[in-house]
Amino acid sequence: MVKIHFEGNAYECKENESVLDCLTGHGVAIPSSCRSGVCQTCMMKALEGSVPPESQKGLKPTLQAQHYFLACSCRPVEDITVALPDAGMGKISATVLGIERMNSDIVRVKLEPNAPFEYRAGQYVNFFKDASTVRSYSLASVASLDACIELHVRKIPEGRVSTWVHDCLNPGDIVDISEAAGDCFYMPGNPEQDLLLIGTGSGLAPLYGIVRDALASNHTGPIRLYHGSLSVEGLYLIQELRDLARLHANFTYTPCVSEGEAPDGFSSGIVLDVALKDIPDLSGWRVYLCGNPAMVDAAKKKTFLAGASMKDIYADPFVPAQS
Amino acid sequence: MSNSLYDKIGGEAAVNAAVDIFYRKVLKDDRISRFFEGVDMDRQAAKQKAFLTMAFGGPNNYTGEDMRRGHAHLVAKGLNDSHFDAVMENLGATLKELNVPAELIAQAAAIAESTRADVLGK
Repeated sequence: MVKIHFEGNAYECKENESVLDCLTGHGVAIPSSCRSGVCQTCMMKALEGSVPPESQKGLKPTLQAQHYFLACSCRPVEDITVALPDAGMGKISATVLGIERMNSDIVRVKLEPNAPFEYRAGQYVNFFKDASTVRSYSLASVASLDACIELHVRKIPEGRVSTWVHDCLNPGDIVDISEAAGDCFYMPGNPEQDLLLIGTGSGLAPLYGIVRDALASNHTGPIRLYHGSLSVEGLYLIQELRDLARLHANFTYTPCVSEGEAPDGFSSGIVLDVALKDIPDLSGWRVYLCGNPAMVDAAKKKTFLAGASMKDIYADPFVPAQS
Repeated sequence: MSNSLYDKIGGEAAVNAAVDIFYRKVLKDDRISRFFEGVDMDRQAAKQKAFLTMAFGGPNNYTGEDMRRGHAHLVAKGLNDSHFDAVMENLGATLKELNVPAELIAQAAAIAESTRADVLGK
């Protein structure tokens, strides 16, 4: 009989029994609703062993790639170890290689993980100041291109982790980070699809990673990046992105400033409005949205109404910490 | 080949084609859009898909009690028959847009209609 391992216990799964029925039958509480493989309430992650493809139907490709599946429609044919999606992530240590100022409130932190570290550009890690003070930062580096990993940290007034990174962290320091998580990253497999990426502030970090990952993966369709801030001073990596656009005919970069007159080479207006004015019909497009949560929420709705399919919209709102 | 409503409408492929169209109509509908404000759009799209699967006569295990519990917070915000009617209208328009024959639309509408009392907590 096939065994299901969950939180340190092993449960015997009867033939044709679903992971959901097996676990709940043994008194384990797993959230569920439709129990028909549709509503996605019972989503879990396979840590070891593989799950049948029908248990991943309807999930976003980036979730499938991370071995997420629906417990109600998963009838395992081999032993598997499973976890709930919000289960704790593993922790590893990393050495700070460099801290570089990008503008008045954002620094680029380069880290070398001290253990094997797998990730996709655009995912995030939790960054530990100490055991209980943790913030999430997106990965701007690309595993196939960059030797180290890169985070962009914006200084938040009174921010316990960001002020520490800005004011106290030095090259050579050892810090703890979590394993990478999140489903906002590039998936190969549809290289001709049009890509739209919209970000504000340090929301550029995951988008910078995703753009470079897509180009390195030989994405041939148009890639349109829009980065917005109040003023030119709030933007960064401007020259790098202009250089990248010169190198790749299918990539364009539009920096946007929302206050005052925009100088030459910059667009004037709210980044989301500028992008939607340029591209009013997003039917068939894949969309990535990162940064300010209000912008991301509005953009999710507006890009969907402009024709992008829900399954093609990837969003990473940078929700501020409450503690 | 089964002759169920679900198969006749086109099964899972039909649900996948319908969900974006239906959800867009609902969000643009001023009569009901406020009930969808501040919700997680990915989760909502999955729920819309589950609803359409059910209305198309597809596999589901929803009970009347699930429907009551799932909509109680909206009933508290004033969800009533007029809003249910608006959703029914959007469902019909979605199926029409997908060129589903009128007789099958009527069957799907009847299934959706059968949840009215539970959804509205009556």
